[in-house]
Amino acid sequence: MHKLLQGKPESRHFLLGNEAIARGAVEAGVAFATTYPGTPSSEISANLFEISQETDLYFEYSSNEKIALELTAASANSGLRSLCIMKHVGVNVAADVLMTLAYLGVKKGLVLLTADDPFMFSSQNEQDNRYYGKLAGLPVLEPSSAAEAKEMLAYAFDLSEQLNEPVIFRTTTRINHSSGEVAFGSPKEIESKGEFTKDPMRYVSVPAVSRQRHKVLLENLDKAASLSDSCSYNFTQGKGNLGIICSGVSYSYVNDAVKDLNAEDKIKVLRIGFSNPMPDLLIKEFLKGCDKLLIVEEGEPVMEEYVRSFAQTQGSVIEIKGKGENLFSRLFEYNTSIVRKAISNYFGFENKEAVPVDTSDLPALPNRPPNLCAGCSHRATFYAVKKAGGNDTIYPSDIGCYTLGFLPPLAMGDFVVCMGASVGTACGFSKSTGKKTVAFIGDSTFFHSGINGLLNAVFNNHDITLIILDNRTTAMTGHQPNPGVDMTELGHNNYNTIDIETVVKSLGVGFVKTVKPYNVKKTQEAVEEAMEFKGVSVVISKEKCILYAKQLKQAKNTAFQVNQEKCKNHRNCVNDLGCPAFYIENNEVKIDENMCTGCSVCVQICPEKAISPVKTK
Amino acid sequence: MNNTTKLIIVAVGGQGNLLASKILGEAALEAGVKMQMSEIHGMAQRGGVVESAIIFGDAKSSIISDGEADILLGFEPLESLRAVSKCSKDTEIITNTKPLQPFTSAIGLAKYPEKEEIENILKSKSKKFLGFNASELAVEAGTSLSLNMVLLGALLQRKIIPLEKELIQKTIKEKTKKEFAEINLKAFELGFKKAEELG
Repeated sequence: MHKLLQGKPESRHFLLGNEAIARGAVEAGVAFATTYPGTPSSEISANLFEISQETDLYFEYSSNEKIALELTAASANSGLRSLCIMKHVGVNVAADVLMTLAYLGVKKGLVLLTADDPFMFSSQNEQDNRYYGKLAGLPVLEPSSAAEAKEMLAYAFDLSEQLNEPVIFRTTTRINHSSGEVAFGSPKEIESKGEFTKDPMRYVSVPAVSRQRHKVLLENLDKAASLSDSCSYNFTQGKGNLGIICSGVSYSYVNDAVKDLNAEDKIKVLRIGFSNPMPDLLIKEFLKGCDKLLIVEEGEPVMEEYVRSFAQTQGSVIEIKGKGENLFSRLFEYNTSIVRKAISNYFGFENKEAVPVDTSDLPALPNRPPNLCAGCSHRATFYAVKKAGGNDTIYPSDIGCYTLGFLPPLAMGDFVVCMGASVGTACGFSKSTGKKTVAFIGDSTFFHSGINGLLNAVFNNHDITLIILDNRTTAMTGHQPNPGVDMTELGHNNYNTIDIETVVKSLGVGFVKTVKPYNVKKTQEAVEEAMEFKGVSVVISKEKCILYAKQLKQAKNTAFQVNQEKCKNHRNCVNDLGCPAFYIENNEVKIDENMCTGCSVCVQICPEKAISPVKTK
Repeated sequence: MNNTTKLIIVAVGGQGNLLASKILGEAALEAGVKMQMSEIHGMAQRGGVVESAIIFGDAKSSIISDGEADILLGFEPLESLRAVSKCSKDTEIITNTKPLQPFTSAIGLAKYPEKEEIENILKSKSKKFLGFNASELAVEAGTSLSLNMVLLGALLQRKIIPLEKELIQKTIKEKTKKEFAEINLKAFELGFKKAEELG
């Protein structure tokens, strides 16, 4: 049995935030869950996928976030508790659904979990998705710890059902990837048989309907405001004439900082867990007897702006600050030290910060940037494309492991914005500069939204080459399935596999070729041919991710070595490939046999043919 | 800052840092010791750095700021050096001294500091420094993969974190893969003894 299904109510477990959230879904009786994988949310889905094999939960990896949310819009309106999980930028993809779904509302609970990533540990931006709550007019909940996230998720479903609206559940990386003690509650039984009652005057968003539904949404938002006031996740602690309002993970820093400063009887804290709409009555009460107020929230000044304007309606003239010099930044994540300093600066407390050791005398430390793995098929493709296209070609790239190809020595990747954008931006570059343009996209990203770009490129007859890096899995986020994956290899029989070449040909692409990237010469030739083609050309570079192949026990167990008598130290292998299996010892190029996966790309580019298989491994 | 013990663990992806942290978490749960942990492993599988911050005791947060670590446990000497800003003069440092060259220095694009230089710096900046070739002991125990257990052993010998040796041994036995449990326990013991020896 899955570990999150074991354990009696009240048993205590040491869980990752994302595991706690997955358990929360079990306890809330979630019947329908969808996602497109994205860090820092991925482990929630990974656990729910496993759990769905053992329970009545329906779980799917949808091909993008918009589709994931569309499914749950229907399931929640068919009476099933539904959870839709994505990373923060995924909500941009799903926003079209979200904005109007807020008008239509839901019959049964629907929670949209957005995992924000302050500091961008693994994201292209650090947008603050609490604004989506304001934009869509939907309630926003923000847990402050792993344990609270589990509890709050069940509440989110109750709230959604009270209001008949989707609820936005916003986490940040430090909640998703923190671990702590979590007490289990009782799982609610899953109601998995849905029924849809037709009601076109509610569900068909033509203008006449939407005009009515917008009114309903605003009424629901008013209801939400009063629920926010009585919500136990908005609470006050401590006492004093100085005030702090905080939410999310910042609460944990505030809590520890106030304790460190021995200021528990001088500073009172209003912790906001239900942050849209804000609890007016609570804030009104909190402002009484408060001489000075500090707002602690990572990201944008969402609460700060609200509280300041609310205070104005109350005739309050007390000083209210949050972002600003010597206080808080809109950049990156906070920690206890940052919060402690801001509190002591603002309120005038004496503060003794720890003194870090002097690091000014440290030697320059070699960086340890993430790198494409030894044997990564993307490296082979990038090498061949670089040979074919040289430095004068523009190479838009996309989101995935292969984004790392922009690093030297491969240096393949000139423009990366968001999922699927390599194709559209390639068309833009090609049209506006007249230069050769070769775009890269992974298989999962192609299915996510690259396919639309390709369709457009064919229709508008753009002159681009698209390299689809088909490594047969969604590698970056931990090998989740995508529509091109052969699910039978994972022991699942109830899926279909979509063949990328068939899709590309069916769109009317004039040049399509599938290559095996470990064959450098043939790959290079195919790319050269594609680049000569006038119009849209596609090369599908198909080779299973080496980590995934290992996981499936399909990787061949060979390694290569450098024959030192033959090696003349040209170092093309080291300088052009950047494979981490290589190292230099006593001025000799060597290969770490334990890292080498036997892809043989280096063998093919060595001018002296000095690289050969290790006899036994 | 009172009543807490702050442990920072740094490693390279694949060195088993997260399992080591998890064992501490499971043991803390069993002992009724409060523990918060956060881990940063964005692109670890691609050879990056993995960091766990663990706070025992009366705290809600799970990040360790510069200068705040009570103990730094490093799985790789360069990464221990990189993380030294988390230390103050009152911090103890335990580190594996076997380098795992980052690709940049492996191919000669950057210089990996000399072993002695790293150790001298760590020694001079800490209250106590314990450096030894833990990779070697892991191999001696049965597999290089038991490096994490060797370092846990050394950590427990220092008696800074509020958990008992016997409890950690029990947790290793129960929570690590059965086929590795014996090797893991041996590795733990080798690390513990080594720390004792180096005093």
